[in-house]
Parts: sequence; C-alpha cells; structure tokens
Amino acid sequence: MAQSTVAVIDYGMGNLHSVASALATVDASVHIEVTADHDTIVAADRVIFPGVGAIRDCMAEIRRLGLDKTVAEVAASDKPLLGICVGMQALLDSSEENNGVECLAILPGQVRFFGNALTDANGERLKVPHMGWNQVRQSHPHPMWDGIADNSRFYFVHSYYADAGDNSQIAAQCDYGLPFSVALAHNNIFAVQFHPEKSSTAGLKLLANFLRWDGK
Amino acid sequence: MGLAKRIIPCLDVDKGRVVKGVQFVDIRDAGDPVEVAKRYNEQGADEITFLDITATHEDRGTMVHIVERMADEVFIPLTVGGGIRTLEDIRIMLNAGADKVSINSAAIFNPEFVREAAEKFGSQCIVVAIDAKQVSAEGEPLRWEIFTHGGRKPTGINAVEWAVKMTDYGAGEILLTSMDRDGTKDGFNLPLTRAISEAVPVPVIASGGVGNLQHLVDGVIEGKADAVLAASIFHFAEYSIPEAKQYMADKGIEVRMPD
Repeated sequence: MAQSTVAVIDYGMGNLHSVASALATVDASVHIEVTADHDTIVAADRVIFPGVGAIRDCMAEIRRLGLDKTVAEVAASDKPLLGICVGMQALLDSSEENNGVECLAILPGQVRFFGNALTDANGERLKVPHMGWNQVRQSHPHPMWDGIADNSRFYFVHSYYADAGDNSQIAAQCDYGLPFSVALAHNNIFAVQFHPEKSSTAGLKLLANFLRWDGK
Repeated sequence: MGLAKRIIPCLDVDKGRVVKGVQFVDIRDAGDPVEVAKRYNEQGADEITFLDITATHEDRGTMVHIVERMADEVFIPLTVGGGIRTLEDIRIMLNAGADKVSINSAAIFNPEFVREAAEKFGSQCIVVAIDAKQVSAEGEPLRWEIFTHGGRKPTGINAVEWAVKMTDYGAGEILLTSMDRDGTKDGFNLPLTRAISEAVPVPVIASGGVGNLQHLVDGVIEGKADAVLAASIFHFAEYSIPEAKQYMADKGIEVRMPD
C-alpha cells in the first residue's frame, strides 16, 4: 500500500508547524505536505485547511493564490477535508468580521461576532475572544468523534462564531453566552472551530481519527 | 458547562535553561524547559508560558530552538515573553511554534507597536504584560501604576487606563502581574486584578504572589481573572496542577480536569 499523504494548505496566514508536528506525532508513517500548490493538494489523500488571523486577509490570500478553486475542488471530491478555526469559517457563506467578507460558500452559514454584551447564565460578563478550553457537545456519532468522550474540552481562541445554515450539518456545539456550532460535517467535509493541534490528548485523537477517516 | 478557568505554569528561561529551579524528582532533566513543559502538560496544565529573562540578541536563537522543540512535542498553547520588541521578533516566535507573544516594556516605549502587531498577526496572539503596583496612600482611593525594570521604575501611567488602552490597540489578552506581591506568596493584589478585569473586554491572566491554592481561587472569584499564572508553587512541587484544579473545582470554579 502506498504511503498516505496529507496536504496542509499553506496560504501564509499563521504557523502550520504545530499542525504538521501533531499529525506526525499521531502517525509517524504519514507523509505531510505543507503547501499552496494546487496539484499537490488535489493529489493528496487528505487535506487540512487551517487558518488564523483576520478573515479579510485570509480570504484575500486564498483567492490570490487560487486556493478558493482548489478547496472547492477538494470539497466536491470524496477526499476527507478538515477545516480548522478560520479555515472552518472560510468554508461558510460570509463573515461579519472586517465589515463583512464573502467566504467560499461551500457550507451554508454565516460567521457572526460574539458581541460586547455577552453574559453567562448568572449574568457574569463573558470576555471576547472566547479563549481557552470549552466543552464540546457532540450532536451525533461521527467517525471523527471515535474514542472522544462527549463534552471533552478542546482549546478555542476566536471572537467570531459559525452560525450554521443547515442544522443537519452541525456535528458539535459549545456554549458561551449562547449555543454555537463548533463542528460541522457534510459528506467528506469536517470542520472545527477549535484547535485540535493545541488540544492535547483529545485534539490528537481527533487528528488520528482524521488520518483514518475515509470521508464517508 | 462552559469555558474553564485556566492554570498556566510559567517557566523563567535563561540561556535555554529553566531558572529558579524546578524540583520534579522523577524528571529526566529539570533544567530543560521542554521536559518541564511536557510534565505540566501530562498533569493537565492549560497553557505554558516561557519567559526569556535575559532576552539578549545572542540568546534569541536558543529560545527559538526551544520553542520549536516545544511545538514538536507538547500540544497545548504556548506563550513566549521577554525581549519582544519588534514585528520581526514576533514573526520569529510565531513561526517557531509559539501561539502568543507577550509584550511588556516595548508597549510602554511605543504603544503603536501593539497596534501594528495586532493588525499584522491578529489580536489572538498578542498578549500585553502589565506590571503594576499600588501607589495610593492608605485612606486614598485605590490607584495603581505601571512599573518597569522589575518593579523598580515608576512610569506615572495609570494601570487601569493603560490596560484599556492596550485592548483598544488590539491586545487580545492581558497578563497582569501584581508587582507589590510578586515573590511574597501573599496572593494576588485582588482589587487591582478586579479593577482591570472589569475594565477590559478581553481575558485577564492574574500573576504574582501565589503562595497557596486558595490564592488561585481568590484570583478567579474576587479578582475576576480568567486565568491564573504561577511559577514557584508548581516548580517546587508544593502543589501539583491536579491538586490545584481539584481545589478550584471544589470551590465551584469550572476547570478542565486532566484526562
């Protein structure tokens, strides 16, 4: 059997070292390509679409490098695709960040601001960004959740959240003043708001699951 | 159900080695920051902070190498502080694998640096460290000022106003050290911590003065801190991270329990 390859899409926004080393840690045999090259990405067995920073800058770089078409091509194939953080947000229709930014419209939904008046059930003000370890409530079984207990904590850092357009695509939710989607699943696409590469044991398990998932 | 309050062990690093000693009896090399960070990760630490205490230009390469090794082996967030003065310093640390950088004196000398850093790299990775002391006399309304040079030099800057300004400039988190408590083991300066946490929209990490586990609880409940940073109580194995988390949980604070 040929060695399995994972392409980590690199469009210059943030450091992908941690994603690559987390993948190498869970499976030393996997071949990892950190790349912006279309042919390398579509030739890989699996694709990771990460992202940090402001969505306007991310989308501008994605389009400048032609990666909008590459991501759409992978999304339309049967190849497993994992979106992480701003990578997840970029898959949706649009974001409120930076006065409104059109995204890739691969999954239906909007990216919304948490706002400045967020409070918990006791009326305590909640800080934005949503930063730290929150409990992830799995909506239904999925191969990506194998061996990960429901309500496990993952590491988040974001000020904008995904408001899914199709409830059947919600794979997990979190509460932070309001319930919001932290994982979306559709066919070969799985997208998470948290950072699996920074989420210790639970995060590494999710990445290991991705390397085994056949996208179905 | 919700976001956990974080416990962050802080390692002072000098020329690539942990200083102030870490006393884990069963650790292979207690002077190696990555070995120590690994141990804290296994214990359930929520993040790690490395503070480069010399931060000379010559030693920068050593720190970068440590950050790279850390990112290869420990999969929780890492903040690096000490000597972060330019956009290039930030870029190097983020590329090495740091998730956040902590900016201290460079922000005081040039506040615009924080704005430029947040615009370039995103607020999520820009922490502004504030060293503050109470300057009001007894009986006067409480007032705190920023100090530099390890708490020796007053700046005349009001600490609460400064924290607000830094978040306006794009800081995504505030690391607040109670300089009048640092090293005392008397607990955080709670009125200061609370004043700043209530004034800013972003998370506040309380630091300085932790001597026991009740101090961590007080920092969260009375000080309204979103995270607590401590060094010596963990390094000298007076308390373990699981003990700290259990204690906080028993006091009704939401924490992430180790796996």
